[in-house]
Amino acid sequence: MSRALRFTLALSAVALFATAAAFAATSRTHASDTFVFGTEGDPVLVDGALVSDGPSLRAVNQMFEGLVGLKAGTTKVVPSLATSWTTSKNGLAWTFKLRQGVKFHDGTKMDAKSVCFNFSRNYKLPGYLQGESTNYYWVTVFGGYAKPATGNPGPDKSLYRGCKVVNASTARIILTRPSSSFLAALALPSFAIASPAALVKYKADAGSVGSDGSFRPTGTFGTSNPVGTGPFKFESWRIGDKLVMVRNDSYWGTKAKLKKLIFRPITDSTARLQALQSGELDGANLLAPQDVPSVSNSSSLKVLSRPAFNIGYVGMNQKQGPLSNIKVRQAVAYGLDKKAVVGAFYGGRGQVANQFMPPLVEGYAKKGVPDYSYNPAKAKALLQEAGLTLPVTLEFWYPTDRPRGYMPDPPRNFQAFAASLEKSGFKIVPKPGPWRGGYLSGVQSGKAALYLLGWTGDFGDPANFLNVHFGAAGDLFGFNNPALFKALQVADAEPNLDKRTKLYQAASIQVMKFLPMVPYANASPALGFKKNVKGYVPSPVEVELFTPVSIG
Amino acid sequence: MARFVVRRLLLLVPILLGLSILLFVWVRALPGSTAQALLGERATPEAIDRFNRQYGLDRPITTQYWAYLKTTVRGDLGTSVASRRPVTTEIRERFPATVELAFAAMIFALVIGLPLGFFAAKRYGEFFDHSSLFLSLIGVSIPVFFLAIILKYVFSVRLGWLPSIGRQDVLIDAQHPTGFYVLDGIITGNWNAAWDASRHLLLPAIALGSIPLAIIARVTRASTLDVQNEDYVRTAKAKGLAPSAIDRRHVLRNALLPVTTIIGLQVGILLGGAVLTETVFAIPGMGSWLKEAIFNQDYPALQGGILFLAFVFVLVNLLVDISYGLINPQIRVS
Repeated sequence: MSRALRFTLALSAVALFATAAAFAATSRTHASDTFVFGTEGDPVLVDGALVSDGPSLRAVNQMFEGLVGLKAGTTKVVPSLATSWTTSKNGLAWTFKLRQGVKFHDGTKMDAKSVCFNFSRNYKLPGYLQGESTNYYWVTVFGGYAKPATGNPGPDKSLYRGCKVVNASTARIILTRPSSSFLAALALPSFAIASPAALVKYKADAGSVGSDGSFRPTGTFGTSNPVGTGPFKFESWRIGDKLVMVRNDSYWGTKAKLKKLIFRPITDSTARLQALQSGELDGANLLAPQDVPSVSNSSSLKVLSRPAFNIGYVGMNQKQGPLSNIKVRQAVAYGLDKKAVVGAFYGGRGQVANQFMPPLVEGYAKKGVPDYSYNPAKAKALLQEAGLTLPVTLEFWYPTDRPRGYMPDPPRNFQAFAASLEKSGFKIVPKPGPWRGGYLSGVQSGKAALYLLGWTGDFGDPANFLNVHFGAAGDLFGFNNPALFKALQVADAEPNLDKRTKLYQAASIQVMKFLPMVPYANASPALGFKKNVKGYVPSPVEVELFTPVSIG
Repeated sequence: MARFVVRRLLLLVPILLGLSILLFVWVRALPGSTAQALLGERATPEAIDRFNRQYGLDRPITTQYWAYLKTTVRGDLGTSVASRRPVTTEIRERFPATVELAFAAMIFALVIGLPLGFFAAKRYGEFFDHSSLFLSLIGVSIPVFFLAIILKYVFSVRLGWLPSIGRQDVLIDAQHPTGFYVLDGIITGNWNAAWDASRHLLLPAIALGSIPLAIIARVTRASTLDVQNEDYVRTAKAKGLAPSAIDRRHVLRNALLPVTTIIGLQVGILLGGAVLTETVFAIPGMGSWLKEAIFNQDYPALQGGILFLAFVFVLVNLLVDISYGLINPQIRVS
C-alpha cells in the first residue's frame, strides 16, 4: 500500500509542476496600442439618452460627441460638434454653429438636422422610456416630455420648446424660459449626437411593456449598433466580459493614439486591484481608499486622482426642533469638527469644504464665505443667545452601511461629529439606519433633524449643486426662503457666463449664511495605472476621454 | 423506476410554485426599494413614484404576483430592471459559465479528495491521516473569497502564472456556440482558446472546489474505514487476495457509494459558493449576476434567477437519486 501511496503522491507532484511550468510559459503582456481598462461595471446601454450610470456614460463618451465638450480635467465648456454659439437677447434661443464635414461612423453626415433629430427624440420619447431610471438627464435638465406618460412632466414643465434647423450647419434650440445651466449639461454624454439613420435602423426606442408591467427594449442600437462621431468606434460587446472599441481612422479631430480600447467590467474592487497588479489591466477605475497605498508604493504602478466633484454635508431640517432658528444652525456649524473628520476618515483623499460645491465648479466663491471653524465655546454662546438651556437635544441620523465617495465611513463620521457636538452644548440622540432600509427615505421625507448626506455632481454647473438642493422648498431641508429661491433662479437664467459666475458666487455665500446644511468634505476618487501609461487626464465628472492615452 | 421519476417530476410543480410565492414576498421584503437602489441620492419621492409606475410596482402585490405567474408559466421570467434585458437571456448567457466552473471545481475536488480520503483511511491514525484531516478542516472552514484572494495573490500577482479575472483573455476572439468556453474551443478547433479558457478556470475551480474537496475526503475516509472492517474484506484477505486487488475490487467500489450522494448535495454548495467565487474572479456567471441583482434589488432578476437555480438543484438531486439506484441494486426503488 505504501508503494501505491508514494507513487500517487509522486505522480501528483509531477503533474502539478508540469502544469505550472506550462502555464508559466504563457506571456501576460499585450500589444502597446491596445489598452485594457477595468471598470466598476458593465454599461447598461451604449446609448447616451437612455443611461445615467458611470460605466455607460464612459463608453458613450468614447464613441459619441455632443454639441459642446469639457476641457480635459476641468468642467469648463469648450466647443465640440458646435464650433460656436450665441444667445438671443431674451435668453430663449440658443444658436449653434456646427463643425463642417463631420461624419458619423456609418458614413452619414452630421448636420443641423441630426442635431434636432436627437433633441426631438428625447422630447418625444415613448412613455415607457420616460422618467429618471431610463432618461435621467433629460428629466433633470429639460424637465418635460411632449406626450408625458402618467406621472411624468409634460410640455408645461419643459425647459425645451423645440429645435430649429436654420441651415445645414446651424441649429437653434429654443427654451421656454431663460436658463444657462443647460449649456454645461450639454457636455454630458447623455446629450451626445447619435446618427439618426442608425437610431431609426436599429430601433433605439423600440420596446414592449410586458404583462408584469415592466418594459423591455427590443432595439439593438444601444447593445450592438451604437453610431456616433467620436474618436472610437464600436466593435463588439459581450456583457460581463468586455466592450471592445477601435480607433475611428476618419475622425475629424486629433485621432486616438490607441488602436484598440477594451473595457472590462470588474465589480469587486479587490479583484480590480489584483488584475491591475498582475498586469491584466493597463488601468483600473475607482481604487478603494485602503488600496491606494499599495498601488502608489508599487514600482510598476501609479495612482491618478480625479479632482473632487462631490460634497459631503451634515443636513439640518428646519421643521425639526429648534433648527428653524439660525443661531442654532450656526451653533451646529461651529460645533462640528470638520477638519478632524476629514483628516481621520478620508485616507488623505479629502479636503475640508466650506460651501455647497467643489472648488472646480464655476461659481465657487473664493472669498467672503462665512468661516465656521470648530469652536465649541462660540457654539455654546450662540445657543444661549437663542435662549435655550444647555444641553440642546437633537436627533442625528446616519447610515450604517453603503459608504459613498463623499463619505467613506459613515458611522465613524457620525461618532466624531457627535462627540464634537456634545462638547458644544448639544446632547445627541443617535439614529442609525441602513441606507436603503429607511435611512434615505426617512431623511428625504424630512423626518431627520441632523443627518449625514452628500451629492456628486452630474455636470459642471453650479445649478446642479445649488438649484437642485436650495432652488425650491422641499422636505429634505424643510425651509421656505423666497429670497434665496429668487437669487438662484436669476443666477441660472443669466446667459452671460461671467455675470452668471458672479451671481452664483454670491448665491453660494448666501446659502452659507442661511445654513440649511453644513458642508464638510470634498473627496477625490483614485484610479490606478501601469507606470508607462501616458496621457490620461482624470476628469472631475469621471468620464475621461481615451484619445490622448498611450502606453510605453 | 419510470413511475418514480414521473412522481418526482410532478412533485416539482408544488415545490416551484411554493418557492415562487416565497421568493416574490422575500425580494419585496428586502429593506428599501428598487428605485432607491438604482437612483441613490436622486431617489426623490416623485422619482420613486414614477419608477414604481413605470415598472408596475405600484399595483397590489397579489395583482403583481398573478401577472408574474402568468408570464412565468409561459417561460418568460420578466425583464431585469438593472440591465433592461430579458431574465431568460441573462440566464442563457450566464448559466454555462457557472456550470463550467462548478464542473471544474467538482473535478478538482474528486481528483484530490478521493485519493486523500482513501489513503487517509488506509493509514488510519498515522501522520498522513492526521494531516489530511487537518487539511480538510481548513478546506471547510476557510472562506472561499479569502482563499480566492490568496490564490490570486500568489499565482497571478506574485508569480504571474495564471490570470486573475474573467473566462478568457480579452485579446482572444473566439466563437462561443455553447457558452462553455473550454468546450467551445475544442468544438471550433481553436485550441488556443480552449487552453486559455482552462487556464482561466484553474484558480476559481480550486477556490470553489476547496469545500467539496474537504467533504469528499472526509466521507471517503469514513466509508473506507467502514468497508475495510466488513466481513467480505476479511474473507478476501483470508482467501489470500493481493492487497491491491482487495482495495480495487472490494473496498474502493463499496466505499464510493456514499460519495455519489454527497456529490449531489455538493451542487447546492457549489452554486452558493459561485456567488463569491464569480465575484472575486469577475466571471460573468449566475453567481456574480445574482449578487448584483441583490445589490440593485432587481426583483425580476432575483425571482427568475433563484427559481431557475432551485429548479436545477432539484433536478440534479433527482438524477443523483436515480443514479444511486442504478449503482446500488440494494436500494433500488420499488
